[in-house]
Amino acid sequence: MDPSRLERRDEHTWVIPPTGAMRVPAILYASEALVREMDEKVFEQAANVATLPGIVQAAYAMPDAHWGYGFPIGGVAAFDAEEGGVVSAGGVGFDISCGVRTLTTGLTRADVEPAKEALADMLYAKVPAGVGSTGRIRLDAKEMDAMLRGGAQWAVERGWGRPEDLERIEERGRMSGARPECVSERAKQRQRDEMGTLGSGNHYLEVQEVAEIYDPAVAAAFGLHEGEIVVSIHCGSRGLGHQIGTDYLRRMLEAARAHGIALPDRELACAPIRSTVGQEYLGAMRAAINCALANRQIITHLAREAFAAVFPGVDLRLVYDVSHNTCKEELHRTAEGGERRLYVHRKGATRAFGPGHPDLPEAYRKVGQPVLIGGSMGTCSYVLVGTRDSEALAFSSACHGAGRAMSRKQATKRWRGRELVEELARRGIVIRSPSMRGVAEEAPGAYKDVSAVVEAAHAAGLARKVAKLVPIVCIKG
Amino acid sequence: MACAPPCWEHFEHDADVGVRGVGRTPEEAFEQAALALTAVITDPARVAARERVAVRCEAPDLELLLVDWLNALVYEMATRHMLFGRYAVRIEDGRLEGEAWGEPVDRDRHAPAVEVKGATYTALAVRRREDGAWVAECVVDV
Repeated sequence: MDPSRLERRDEHTWVIPPTGAMRVPAILYASEALVREMDEKVFEQAANVATLPGIVQAAYAMPDAHWGYGFPIGGVAAFDAEEGGVVSAGGVGFDISCGVRTLTTGLTRADVEPAKEALADMLYAKVPAGVGSTGRIRLDAKEMDAMLRGGAQWAVERGWGRPEDLERIEERGRMSGARPECVSERAKQRQRDEMGTLGSGNHYLEVQEVAEIYDPAVAAAFGLHEGEIVVSIHCGSRGLGHQIGTDYLRRMLEAARAHGIALPDRELACAPIRSTVGQEYLGAMRAAINCALANRQIITHLAREAFAAVFPGVDLRLVYDVSHNTCKEELHRTAEGGERRLYVHRKGATRAFGPGHPDLPEAYRKVGQPVLIGGSMGTCSYVLVGTRDSEALAFSSACHGAGRAMSRKQATKRWRGRELVEELARRGIVIRSPSMRGVAEEAPGAYKDVSAVVEAAHAAGLARKVAKLVPIVCIKG
Repeated sequence: MACAPPCWEHFEHDADVGVRGVGRTPEEAFEQAALALTAVITDPARVAARERVAVRCEAPDLELLLVDWLNALVYEMATRHMLFGRYAVRIEDGRLEGEAWGEPVDRDRHAPAVEVKGATYTALAVRRREDGAWVAECVVDV
C-alpha cells in the first residue's frame, strides 16, 4: 500500500479520512515498512467496512492486516444496535473462534531435547491432524447441543481437562447466548466426527521454548520463565464453524437487501443486530465459539496424555486461551465519553483487555490479559499483554499473527515440503505432518515477519511484549 | 491466461486461493471449477471415480449458484471423507443437478495438502470470455 494515500497521525497510526459513503474514518496501526508491504485491498476493505450502518468511531486494521473477505483479516469494527448497527458473518470469518492457547509444562529444554522425537511421535499419534482426520469422540444430537451450549465447560465435565482450566479461558470457557437451534443440521453433520481434531492449513500444535522475556513481572504473573518449555495449540471450530459461516453469509446477502443496506462488496453481507437473521447468527456464532473452546480443550487433554506418556508426572497448566475470529457484545468507553454496549467484530484480531478489566481471571486482573500471537511453522510466537490504552486505540484489540506474504501457489513453486522439513530439522525443529505439499504451502518464508508485526503492535500501544517463544516440535495439520 | 476449454486453473489470492473453471457452456465451466477445487486439496488425476454422489442446489443467479455448488461439494467431501475427480453438471432455471465421482480420502496416496473451509463471494464471477468461452471463478477459503 502506498503510504501517501494515508494521513499519518503519528509513527504507527495511519488514517483514511471519511469520503463518499464512509460514516467514520478507517485507522491502521502499523510501521511504515508494514504499510508498504500491505495489499492495496486492505485500504479498500477497511474503507468499505466504514460504510456499514451503526459503526462506531472507526474501522480499524491491525499491523498484520491483509486481504480478507469483505472485512480485512486483522480488522476490528464495533457496532451499536441502538443506532441500527449490524452484525456480519464476513466480519467474523469462516473459522469462527479460531484461536490460540498456551500451556506451561515445568520442563526445561534440557529435559525435552533428548526425547523430542519420541514426544513428536506421541503427539502426532494422539492429536488427529490434517485433511480427512477424525477424532475418537462421536456426538449424538443431544450431546452435540450440550457441547454447543457448554463449550470448554462441557468438555471438562466430560473428563477432558480440569476445572481450573476454565478460569484461564475467555468467557470462562463457555460463551453465553449460544443457540444450537440456529445451527443448521449440515453444520452439525460436519462436526460429528471432528471433535478434538486440529484441522489443516495454518493450524498446529507446537512445543516451544520460552526464549526471551521482555517483561519479567508480567511473565511471572503468567507463569512463564526463560528456558521453560510450553505448548501452544492453534485451531478453531472446525467444520461446524465453516458451515455456519457459509450458511449465514448467504442468508445475510438477502437480509442486507431486505433491510436496504447498500453493500459495496457482497462479502460485507450483514444484517441489523436487531433483526431475526442478526439474532440467529449471533446465537449460531456463539455456539461455534463454544465448539472451538471445546475442541481446544479436548486437544489439550490429548496433549496432556502424550506428554505424560513421555514425561511421567508432568503437569501442563493453561496460561490462557484466546479467540481471534469473533463478534462479542462488550461494554466500552468511547471517545465521546460514557460506556456503550457494542458488538465488536474481531477478524484475525485478538481481544486485549488492559489491567483491571472485570472479565479477566483474578490472577491476571492487575497486569492485563495474555495476548497470544502465533507465528508460522519454524518461526517464533509471542506472548503480549493488554494495555490501558488499547481500549481507546481499537476497542481493546491487538494483532493475531504474522499474516501471509505469499500465496500458496507461489509457496509450492518456491519450496518443497521434504526439503523444508530437513532444513528445519537442522535447526533443531521437528515437524510431523500428513502432507508434504501442506508443509510447503505453510513455509515460514510464505509469511510476513511476525516479529515486525509484534514490534508494531507494541510500539502502537495495542499490547506490550512479554515473552518470545521458539518452536522445538510442530505438529502441522 | 487463456487456457483452451474445457480447462481449469488457480489464481492468486493473498491468504487463500482462487479456483477458475473454463468451458464451452456454463455447465462445463462449473465442472472445471469443481476440478480446480479438488486440485486445491490433491491432484484430481490421483482420485479414482469409484463412487457417485448426487448434489442439487438452487440460486437466484449463476454466480450464487457457483458458490452453492462448490459449497455443496465441500460439504460432501467433509462429511463423507471423500475426494472427487470427475464431475457432471446440468443447469436449468437456476437449478443445478450435479454428480461427483470419487473415492474415500487415502492419506498416503492422495497426500491432501489442505482442507477447503468454504467457497466465498470474493472475486466471484460467471462470465463469457471474448472468445465465447464461459468462465466460472471465485476464491475459496482454506
